[in-house]
Amino acid sequence: MINYFREIFSGLWSLFVGMKVTFIEAFSPKVTVHYPYETLKMCDAYRGHIELIENEEGEPNCVCCMSCVRACPSGCISLTGEKPEGGKKKVLTSYHLDFTRCSLCSACVEACNFNAIEHSKEYNLASRNKEDFHFDLLARLRERNQ
Amino acid sequence: MILTLTILLAVIIAIAWAAFNAAYLVLAERRGAGVIQRRPGPNINGPFGLLQPPLDGIKLMAKQLIIPAGADRFMYISAPVLVMCPAIMSFVALPYSDWLQAQNIDVGLLMVFAFASMGTMGTIFAGWSSHNKYSLMAAMRSVSQAVAYEIPMILTALTITLMAGTTNLNAIVAQQSENFFHWNIFPLFGETHNILMPFSFLIFFICSMAETNRAPFDLGEAEGELVAGFHIEYGSMGFGLFFMGEYANIVIGATLATIFFLGGWSCPFGLFPGVWWFLIKLYAIIFTIIWIRWTFPRTTIYGLLNLSWKILIPASLVNLLLTAGLMKVF
Repeated sequence: MINYFREIFSGLWSLFVGMKVTFIEAFSPKVTVHYPYETLKMCDAYRGHIELIENEEGEPNCVCCMSCVRACPSGCISLTGEKPEGGKKKVLTSYHLDFTRCSLCSACVEACNFNAIEHSKEYNLASRNKEDFHFDLLARLRERNQ
Repeated sequence: MILTLTILLAVIIAIAWAAFNAAYLVLAERRGAGVIQRRPGPNINGPFGLLQPPLDGIKLMAKQLIIPAGADRFMYISAPVLVMCPAIMSFVALPYSDWLQAQNIDVGLLMVFAFASMGTMGTIFAGWSSHNKYSLMAAMRSVSQAVAYEIPMILTALTITLMAGTTNLNAIVAQQSENFFHWNIFPLFGETHNILMPFSFLIFFICSMAETNRAPFDLGEAEGELVAGFHIEYGSMGFGLFFMGEYANIVIGATLATIFFLGGWSCPFGLFPGVWWFLIKLYAIIFTIIWIRWTFPRTTIYGLLNLSWKILIPASLVNLLLTAGLMKVF
């Protein structure tokens, strides 16, 4: 009989303890981010599509060694470069990424010896048009610099 | 003619009040859930999300009402009406202040309970006629739950009636109107000197939550086992009516708790008695109900029935007996 009442009162007490917990939570600050209006900074390890890295003059670091093109298992990358008249190094003239086939394996970034490509932090890409995922990275770099 | 118009106006106001409360309590619930789970909740449509309920309503009304093959058409259509109508009817007898009441009925308490228990019939109609095993099972659970919790609830109401000597809801409030300590919930200072009243309040509160199928007693809507509950086959405004009926029943339960135990529209300090005090108390209780929903997990069906048959019914019976004894002694 004593146990019957003890069970009732301990049960009732546990309910009040639970309600105290949620009451405290209710007056604590919000922890969620309201996505379209606020965004979080992506973490360093995040792999978006690749992006060219520029040097101090705003030109790409790329020397057109083609290591990334060879490293890519899906053949996403195609680039062209040419030697300017009187110049020694090749200069990048186009860098095309087919993101529809890219699996973000990072082989190209690892293969690059000239610190020329990195993963971007783009995570909200969406389109109904397949062509939107064929990126001209050189044009994107120029756009960024303007 | 004028009488007819007055009655019509009262009915329209009752429906509007029930529908308004149902719509905005959904918003309050979602915002409350957000606050407790430390997220904003719906706040896009209008300031503080205040346009969310009308938009939800428009969306529901725009949908097609599909009657499943094999369903009993008549019962299927009448079930949502049977849930919503008694809920609205109960509002007729509920006093919100000494003048704000559709009809001052001498058996108001009886009428509210009679209509409140009719809502269960709508539930079982919905479950039976949907031709779906889940909805039938959910309806059976709802009915066993309603039967189990109606008894302690009415026994507690009987205790109140015993003390007040009347079933007129207006008169019950009038007896508690002097100040804070004359409310029925406070044991030693009131008219009745009944030390059991806080327990009565607790029993009544638990039962009113179970009666309205609210969490943690929402076994009839246990998504994990029953997909959605007795309204699984309902779409469009049929589902909307079940939803509104549920929230209207919450308002009725909270209103009754306010009338029976918290002194209705009387002010704790004797200042400005009026309908606003009633609304403050009413929404404080409703807030507590929402708070409880987002605190506790759902019970099991055995736990639910054990709580009623092994604890609440004996407790309310002892409560009634002791109250009768105390009334005789003092």
